[in-house]
Amino acid sequence: MTSSAENDGGLLLEMRGLRIEGQADEEWQEIVKGVDVVLNRGEVLGLIGESGAGKSTIGLAAMAFARPGCRISGGSIVFDGMDLMAMSERERRKLRGVRISYVAQSAAASFNPAHKLIDQFAEGPVEHGVRNRAEAEADAKDLYKRLLLPDPDNIGYRYPHQVSGGQLQRAMTAMAMACRPDLIIFDEPTTALDVTTQIEVLATIRNIVEQFNTAAIYITHDLAVVAQMADRIMVLRYGELVEENDTANMMSAPQEDYTKTLWAVRTFKKQSEIYDTSTTPLVAVDHVTAAYGPLTVLHDISFDIYEGQTVAVVGESGSGKSTAARVITGLLPPKQGQVLVKGEALPGDYRRRSKEQLRHAQMIYQMADTAINPKQRIREIIGRPLQFYLGLSGRDLEEKIKELLEMIELEPNQFIDRFPGELSGGQKQRICIARAMAAEPEFIICDEVTSALDQIVAEGILRLLDRLQRELGLSYMFITHDLATVRAIADEVIVMLQGKIVEHGPKDEMFTPPHHEYTDLLLSSVPEMDPNWLDELMERRAQEGVMQSTSSS
Amino acid sequence: MTDKYESTVGQTADAVAPPPPHERRLSDAWKALKKAPLSAKIGIIVILIYVFIALFAPLLTPYGESEVVGAEFEPWGEGYLLGTDNLGRDMLTRLFYGARNTIGIAFVTTVLAFLIGGISGVLAATLGGWMDQLFSRIVDVLMAIPALIFALLLLTIFGTSIPVLVLVIAVLDSTRVYRLARAVSLNVVVMDFVEAARLRGEGMGWITLKEVLPNIMPPLVAEFGLRFCFVFLTIAALSFLGLGLQPPTADWGSMVRDNATLITYGDITPLIPAAAIALLTVAVNFVVDWFLHKTSGLRDDQ
Amino acid sequence: MFKLLKIVLQRLGLGVLVLFIISVIIAGAVELLPGDLCQELQGQSATKETVAACRKELGLDKPVYHRYFVWLGNMLKGDFGVSLANGRQISELIGDRTANTFFLAIYAAIISVPLAVALGILAALHRNSIYDRVVNIVTLSSISFPEFFVAYILIIFFSVNLGWFPSLSNITPDTPLTEKMYKAFLPALTLTLVVVAHMMRMTRASIINLLASPYIEMANLKGMTRRHIITKHALPNAWAPIVNVIVINLAYLIVGVVVVEVVFVYPGLGQLIVDSVAKRDIPVVQACCVIFAATYIILNLTADILSIITNPRLLHPR
Repeated sequence: MTSSAENDGGLLLEMRGLRIEGQADEEWQEIVKGVDVVLNRGEVLGLIGESGAGKSTIGLAAMAFARPGCRISGGSIVFDGMDLMAMSERERRKLRGVRISYVAQSAAASFNPAHKLIDQFAEGPVEHGVRNRAEAEADAKDLYKRLLLPDPDNIGYRYPHQVSGGQLQRAMTAMAMACRPDLIIFDEPTTALDVTTQIEVLATIRNIVEQFNTAAIYITHDLAVVAQMADRIMVLRYGELVEENDTANMMSAPQEDYTKTLWAVRTFKKQSEIYDTSTTPLVAVDHVTAAYGPLTVLHDISFDIYEGQTVAVVGESGSGKSTAARVITGLLPPKQGQVLVKGEALPGDYRRRSKEQLRHAQMIYQMADTAINPKQRIREIIGRPLQFYLGLSGRDLEEKIKELLEMIELEPNQFIDRFPGELSGGQKQRICIARAMAAEPEFIICDEVTSALDQIVAEGILRLLDRLQRELGLSYMFITHDLATVRAIADEVIVMLQGKIVEHGPKDEMFTPPHHEYTDLLLSSVPEMDPNWLDELMERRAQEGVMQSTSSS
Repeated sequence: MTDKYESTVGQTADAVAPPPPHERRLSDAWKALKKAPLSAKIGIIVILIYVFIALFAPLLTPYGESEVVGAEFEPWGEGYLLGTDNLGRDMLTRLFYGARNTIGIAFVTTVLAFLIGGISGVLAATLGGWMDQLFSRIVDVLMAIPALIFALLLLTIFGTSIPVLVLVIAVLDSTRVYRLARAVSLNVVVMDFVEAARLRGEGMGWITLKEVLPNIMPPLVAEFGLRFCFVFLTIAALSFLGLGLQPPTADWGSMVRDNATLITYGDITPLIPAAAIALLTVAVNFVVDWFLHKTSGLRDDQ
Repeated sequence: MFKLLKIVLQRLGLGVLVLFIISVIIAGAVELLPGDLCQELQGQSATKETVAACRKELGLDKPVYHRYFVWLGNMLKGDFGVSLANGRQISELIGDRTANTFFLAIYAAIISVPLAVALGILAALHRNSIYDRVVNIVTLSSISFPEFFVAYILIIFFSVNLGWFPSLSNITPDTPLTEKMYKAFLPALTLTLVVVAHMMRMTRASIINLLASPYIEMANLKGMTRRHIITKHALPNAWAPIVNVIVINLAYLIVGVVVVEVVFVYPGLGQLIVDSVAKRDIPVVQACCVIFAATYIILNLTADILSIITNPRLLHPR
């Protein structure tokens, strides 16, 4: 494997033949199987891989730390000439937080709820004797300012639950910086954030790492993000290294098949069509206002979905896009307005809809894990709608189930008697699709159906949905926050913000400027594979002054 | 492009992840049992012995349940392996019959408590709304009084017969079952597969029996063990206080009470039924502990 | 701060409401009697006249709600009525006994609470060590023991064999404190043994739960010492769960007292309630129930309120 990491500064961290075991069901199993990690001063290394690749475990091992139920079983960890494995726990503690520090995925859970932010900031430098309390406080305010936190002089005196997620993540980065470490481990620091918030956190993290010339290990599953952050990338799978190269080479010329499949993801694009809007729409959402108790979450929205059409509804968390789906399915009866199918108004509450009305609209969920009953066999999961709606039984039922399995590209005899626990994430999602198809619907709501899946698997799901649409003439409502998915599958796009539709139109129109200010922000915030994308974007935004308008997030 | 191999890339990526399908049946249960810690194995053996004794008490004992066979407080020896009690009945015989009565009644009571608490808990979670409110508030109030005290009050009023005893303890204990059943069902009810079933138009029966119940069995099974211990101890305590099973029925709690005078002379015979109670609860607890450990450990890969 | 006060007041109000409902249930339970209290009392010898006289005396001829409010009013004044068994004032009967029972419970609590919490925290900190495993087996066994079993084992050891402590705790109001403590030692020890196992297991579980929090991991990764993590990060958040554990077990203690008092013939409320149940002396049982239930509710209410006012999210609202 080539390594172009022979740049300035010299060697900082060297882990050789790293082996880590985890305890499962009273037995130790290897979860990291002999990985080498080498890092120079001031260098940013990206670790990328799917869940279960062992990337967080490797990141923590750089601090010679293993989570409870894990142990470092082999290999060497040398940091700045010191052999961490040979050190006592006491000596390691003196390094942690001082020379190597850590930024966790969930800032909200990783701050102690009982203490103010600045107390938790000062704790490290004061306890380690790096600074006294007053110096630490002054430093905190300086770092908060550099990280573009609002009101940097006072924000530290708040408790964690009084601060938003994006701000908390930056406060944690400041905390990691408190002793000016040589190395920071970033463990998926933006995964829990919305795209428009993520972008600011990414930019400030990168900025501060550069300012202090800190080396970093940046762990993520998002390729486009790692491309912005890292100098060098390691691709991991099942606890082993797949490929390693500097970012530019890695992005332009991946060598291994697995890496190529990761890279090849965003090729699928459906031909979007323009629909005749003079006919009666299949589904019409007509001036709907909906609320959870006193909190109104949808304000007078209207849109139509035509036969065979795919309408993508995009927006961030809290935009009301999932609520719109709940209104259409009847889980949340609207306060005002109505939902019409082929011009006929549906009862607001699903319990008052007829079997036939229910059959017409099916739903596919984000988390296939929780969308199918783990205690039922595939036969029962797919068979139930066939029994329930179509009254099939016996041989007819069996044949139809197999037909559906064939349709979703799973070998019928191999899968029909399995439990969901014996399937992969992508296969589970295919089962969900089959269950929806079993009802022979005309309209399917897809709620973030690909966002929990690894990208290559997601691609397969999108292709399958597209094929089924063409074969069966289905209409889709695609709820997503991922614009790449929108690009791939939508005919029409609806952009939502705070319960309102801010923009609505054919896909090609939406992706060509000029568009609504928020659409612009949303579109431009989606990370792209180009390693220079973040720089260029920040430059452009700095000129336009977009940053200020959202830095309260 | 519409052939079924269109997304072979996705297929290969998928195909590596899952374990090969396998049938988990009795052989797996046996395997798990073999891997169980010593404490759990001992627990299972002890429980089996108790069940055996309870089922075949008449065949295993030399005398009748309340047959007076000798003088009072005969010492251990031939004829009376464990001596005789305060009325001259054979201790061993009564010990074996006691297994039958004490365990049997505790078991019936626990089953009843589970039927009442389990069904209402699952229903409250699935239906929600006023039903949930009503049940939950009733349970709150019932749980605001210590169970033993409440039981004493009710026994005063209704008298101490076996049906009253079973019913009173079952109702009081069902509150705990209700809480647990409701809590674990609530975790399941919010799952998307339940929503999918609702949107399909399924009735309450299907949703509770087919969707919710199979998913809450492990915690309920563990709770059954714990509740059984609790009920068993409560009934033993009440009998010991003279308010549980009434003579001449052989029962471990009252056997301790009736023969307690011996203890002040340093004779441990009256403690044998007490030890029998303790041993069974320990055994059940060991098994439940292992089961809980195992099911919570398995939760990750499900 | 206002929000916090509001929540606390709400809880208090709820507590009073529950007390009220409980009093209705305890009073109303008598109405569930098959037939009539007076008939029940007089049994075979009942004639129309004697029953009528009895009904009048007990106020049974008045409507239910009237009787309830009279009963409640009297009780609030400390008048619990008259015992059916011996005609004595119940308040006289239960006065000393209540004090004795609380003495025993507090005695046991003073030994068991610090012991259990310390041992529980220790087990949590040394999770999966030999100590932890031994403790798990021992406590699991001892929560499985009936109270009377523990009590008799202690009697055989300390009283029959060693002769150190008496097996009968016949204390009176005039007994000096040291002698009281000596005589009540075995009952207190029994209660301690029973309750320590429970309390310890619960403490251990809640501390382990706490130590699994991401912010504890974060403190570790900041290189904080073990001591610092425990005092600064774990304890401030452990307060609420530990208080909860303690209170639940104190409530349990109050109930466990019943059996222990009977074994040691300790003159407390537990003995009285058991005797009265056997004699079906309903007013006495009711009075004891009210005291036990009120104690139990007040303890739980205390736990609730303590956990509310130590919750930082409520202490420092957005």
